[in-house]
Amino acid sequence: MAKSSEAQHPQKVFGWAAKDTENGDEDVSIKILYCGVCHSDLHSCRNEWGNAHYPLVPGHEIVGTVTKIGSNVKKFKVGDRVGVGVMVGSCKSCEYCKQDLENYCPKHILTYNSIDNDGTRTYGGYADMIVVDQNFVVHFPDGLPSDAGAPLLCAGITVYSPMKYYGMTEPGKHLGIVGLGGLGHVAVRIAKAFGLKVTVISSSPRKESEAINRLGADAFLVSNDAGKMKGAIGTMDFIIDTVSAVHALAPLLSLLKANGKLITLGLPNKPLELPIFPLVLGRKLVGGSDIGGMKETQEMLDFCAKHNITADVEVIRMDEINTAMDRLANLMSSTGL
Amino acid sequence: MVAKLPEKEHPKQSFGWAARDQSGVLSPFKFSRRATGEKDVSFKVLYCGMCHSDIHMVKNEWGSSTYPLVPGHEIVGVVTEVGSKVEKFKVGDKVGVGCMVGSCHSCDNCTNNLENYCPQMILTYGAKYYDGTTTYGGYSDNMVADEHFIVRIPDNLPLDATAPLLCAGITVYSPLKYYGLDKPGLHVGVVGLGGLGHMAVKFAKAMGAKVTVISTSPNKQQEAIERLGADSFLVSRDQDQMQVAMGTMDGIIDTVSAMHPLLPLLGLLKSHGKLILVGAPEKPLELPAFPLLMGRKMVGGSCIGGMKETQEMVDFAAKHGITSDIEVIPIDYVNTAIERMLKADVRYRFVIDIGNTIK
Repeated sequence: MAKSSEAQHPQKVFGWAAKDTENGDEDVSIKILYCGVCHSDLHSCRNEWGNAHYPLVPGHEIVGTVTKIGSNVKKFKVGDRVGVGVMVGSCKSCEYCKQDLENYCPKHILTYNSIDNDGTRTYGGYADMIVVDQNFVVHFPDGLPSDAGAPLLCAGITVYSPMKYYGMTEPGKHLGIVGLGGLGHVAVRIAKAFGLKVTVISSSPRKESEAINRLGADAFLVSNDAGKMKGAIGTMDFIIDTVSAVHALAPLLSLLKANGKLITLGLPNKPLELPIFPLVLGRKLVGGSDIGGMKETQEMLDFCAKHNITADVEVIRMDEINTAMDRLANLMSSTGL
Repeated sequence: MVAKLPEKEHPKQSFGWAARDQSGVLSPFKFSRRATGEKDVSFKVLYCGMCHSDIHMVKNEWGSSTYPLVPGHEIVGVVTEVGSKVEKFKVGDKVGVGCMVGSCHSCDNCTNNLENYCPQMILTYGAKYYDGTTTYGGYSDNMVADEHFIVRIPDNLPLDATAPLLCAGITVYSPLKYYGLDKPGLHVGVVGLGGLGHMAVKFAKAMGAKVTVISTSPNKQQEAIERLGADSFLVSRDQDQMQVAMGTMDGIIDTVSAMHPLLPLLGLLKSHGKLILVGAPEKPLELPAFPLLMGRKMVGGSCIGGMKETQEMVDFAAKHGITSDIEVIPIDYVNTAIERMLKADVRYRFVIDIGNTIK
């Protein structure tokens, strides 16, 4: 991911470094050390969701150090290592905010490409600094390295949250993880820490050795190997599907046992095809999940620190970002199911 | 070896109506049933509900039908004989049989009272029983089934209006419970006001929900509210009504088996809402990812219910005075009834008066 510097920006963004806003009472100013490159950054920059406002500064897996705090800030002090993820604000008064589910607040504010409370645009972590409300800043645990830990702020919480919500934390249950990218590889590590049996489902046979030997997965299924897929029918309690391109759900549903749950985390810009018979005949469900609340994000970071879970990263310079994004785009189009 | 004629296959004579081919037209049919085994309960059939699945099967729409096919899986009657090891029933008891007559009894699902999800579950009709013979359903004068798959009908329930509970009733009761939509005060939507839909309204109301019926037919509104007790009614083609109702429902039971868009239904759900499909369109439906993820919503399915839950459902219905709204017909009206069902011209279930018209 990108080490930040001033005034270097992705090609698709004709912007500048984040505005140096006045530090409010609740605000924490952060000098950014590292920022993860998330596939959502790519979707946004290239206007794949149709909602991009340019100039657009992406980046929502931010790790840095506190340089200044507002007068009401008690949780952080100057010099603390902190993280900022996908959100920088919410209404704080709705039923979701009150339940620590700021990510489901209808008025939550995204770290970039969103409108802040003062009416200005939000700019993300491909920058040298950022100013964020203390409620949307997390402590970065001592045991976690800044570079390899940064992706946890989006990728990590995105897989941790549904594992908890959909009941995937019972040791011995069998979880399938579709796609071995940013989300998928972190999901394998978190799932193993929960005591699950993990099968990686991927269209790239060359990832098998890595999945088993490096990440600790128990098994690997090549998704276009019809024979192997057939042998795995009805064996999984859960599936986490990280694939962001449009892809077939039918083969994945067949891998589930009766009462199994398929959780999809990708956001393709076209609908998926959902066969209904398997849902009805096997009482299966397809659910979604979107990052996690702030309390859960902190919990996830502490969990990862305790279990030594980090992302596998390739550190790049800011001016290499466009190449990185091209590589990310090619990776997805060639390995999407 | 020549296959035995249906009449000679088993020792007990039966008379019913069967479809002979994919036209789905039913006509009188003589066949036979097994003698009452030590765990079996035999009963005289008094009524049998007509389910839309019967139509799919007689016309071979699912590609699995063999003929002659005697449909019917909402069967009620009075016990005439019990096997030596039967403990729960005696002659004279009012009983029913639903969609299943067998399962493996050893898999995880069976062990958890989920026989309906057993991979070796045996359907009441059109399936192969343990002895290799074909199962025949309730459009017939008598029935025999393993005690495990027999449901007791409480005395205060009228048999004719109770028959549809055995498929339509359990089909909506089970997901209301499993998906947590049975808590008082929740807002539950019901899509489609037919055999399943009208039962869903009644059960959801009895569970304490606020119920909104979602339908393409504005002419069903008065009935939904005044007769069935729904709290409100949404015409799904009315964009304005649908817009106002967005984000208001905790769950939706979708009974529609025709192709229809899921996006507007997902929009009606609050965050964390659940869209449950109990009708199964043959072709896949489009699932937009954004609303699913942004609201942490889910789309799930459900298929009838296990035997324990089916009994629980019947007992719940007895306690709350819930029965189906029916039109009782003689057996020789059955082909006309099928045509009317295809036009949704029934409020809301046909029930065949077997006892008085199959002789």
